[in-house]
Amino acid sequence: MDLYQELILEHSKRPVNAGLREPFDAQVHHVNTTCGDEVTLRVSVQDGRVRDVSYDAIGCSISVAAASILAEEVTGETVSESLRTYEAMKAMLTSRGTDPGDEDVIGDGVALSGVAKYPARVKCALLPWSAYTAALTEAEVLGTTDLQTVPASGGNS
Amino acid sequence: MPFDATEVREDFPLLSRTVRDGKPLVYLDSGATSQKPTAVLDAERDFYEHHNAAVHRGAHQLAEEATDAYEGARATIASFIGAQPDEVVFTKNATEALNLVAYAFSNAGAAGALDGADPQVADRLKIGPGDEIVVTEMEHHANLVPWQELCRRTGATLRWIPVTGTGELDLSDLGTIVTERTKVLAFAHVSNVTGVINPVETLVAAAREVGALVVLDACQSVPHLPVDVAALGVDFLAFSGHKMLGPLGIGVLWGRAELLAAMPPFLTGGSMIELVTMEGSTYAAPPQRFEAGVPVAAQAVGLGAACDYLSALGMADVLEHDRVITTAVLQELATRPWVTVLGPTDPQKRCGAVAFSVDGVHPHDVGQILDDDGVAVRTGHHCAWPLHRAHRITASTRVSFSVYTTLDDVAAFATALDRVPQIFGLETGAA
Repeated sequence: MDLYQELILEHSKRPVNAGLREPFDAQVHHVNTTCGDEVTLRVSVQDGRVRDVSYDAIGCSISVAAASILAEEVTGETVSESLRTYEAMKAMLTSRGTDPGDEDVIGDGVALSGVAKYPARVKCALLPWSAYTAALTEAEVLGTTDLQTVPASGGNS
Repeated sequence: MPFDATEVREDFPLLSRTVRDGKPLVYLDSGATSQKPTAVLDAERDFYEHHNAAVHRGAHQLAEEATDAYEGARATIASFIGAQPDEVVFTKNATEALNLVAYAFSNAGAAGALDGADPQVADRLKIGPGDEIVVTEMEHHANLVPWQELCRRTGATLRWIPVTGTGELDLSDLGTIVTERTKVLAFAHVSNVTGVINPVETLVAAAREVGALVVLDACQSVPHLPVDVAALGVDFLAFSGHKMLGPLGIGVLWGRAELLAAMPPFLTGGSMIELVTMEGSTYAAPPQRFEAGVPVAAQAVGLGAACDYLSALGMADVLEHDRVITTAVLQELATRPWVTVLGPTDPQKRCGAVAFSVDGVHPHDVGQILDDDGVAVRTGHHCAWPLHRAHRITASTRVSFSVYTTLDDVAAFATALDRVPQIFGLETGAA
């Protein structure tokens, strides 16, 4: 199966920049209510540029790898560049497999393209991104209208 | 094997389909919902094709036939659990059945709600500050959240019986948890996660001693073992149709006649009234009092057919078959040191399901790899988050069974499971 590419397993076993660090401008805690996966994520923004993303992700390989790739990609980008990365990730993940992803924009994120074929797993990959955009909003780097936020997770039992 | 599950499978059309690019379906998620035999599908279709009308309404022949079919199904289902038909209330699912009981307690506090009720029974329905409701740490959210909410509405206090490391109820402090203050003791007959069978007799005795009412969540027991409400000695029993080969959209609440007779309604509207004026209404006798709106007749007929199907197999044999499957699954998992089973390892203490964790691999990933081989399982907290917290895990993988589960299914599951350490590069401890 093409879901568990070596790159995904590598990111999930050794997540890039994992752990919570200071200083930070905002911290958020997001939960995937269907499975209990959690991510605590902090952002630090300086002069319009993402200085640091630090996080503690507890969850499946997909959600941990997604957090790792997020940290790798957006750190050092300007906030608007990071939002482009987010939009490109989201477009690929919600494409049901029709959008293979652009490595120039989302880097290792292309390894998550297999997730798009499994609707139940898309939420896992988007969890850290929803935390990231919420943290930017909370840090007042973004207004609430600057992005279309990831839809809240659906039904739960 | 008490019956040939391979032959049973022939009665379930869905089981012959393939999934994920032509792989045979290995359905091990019957604890979430079971598949349906042709007899159930035919019974529903027959109702719609020949007898469909609004039950308990209409002056025409179809309405009579529909009412007979609906009430006939009620009698079949009552007989299946050793109950009287007028003690069986149809709901949309077990969750609604449990909410119906919880809301009866809080609605009992409204002015005039218990007028005309037997005073002794009425007294047992009144709940307020100082009263306690006892549940267990292993409850499905459906038998936990309604009681939390009842406590919030009434000022009563929620207490719970904890679980041990092997997923069984820790009864060592039962005497200090179930006390004179306890008004309700609500618990699962069988855990939907670990499959552990709870000691109903001990818990009922503790409740009886203090005059508490007992509510049993039988969702995971009625499909798997013989259930007789009189023998169990409980006051209420709830289960869903769709987990026991019946249709979606129907559940059952059984309650003692004298309790149902005293209880105020939960949902109100048509069908459940006696007299209606602009100033107010009086209510029909149970079970109609608790069945507002046009009844779910086709679903009831389907569930009646499911009871007939299970009765023909024999519930003692259904349990024996379940034990064979459970034993085989536990044996397979015991040979894999990278797997930890939740709940007791003795198959006699459990039925219906086996939940487990794989060291270092999240259940979502385990489920995904199994699914890739056509093996359908459940992953997550299975609506029993506190139980998982008690085991210090966020989620687990669960395989669950029904009458059509075969040893071939178990073997296919075991083979697929071995791909997990291969893909994730785990040390398997294999020679």
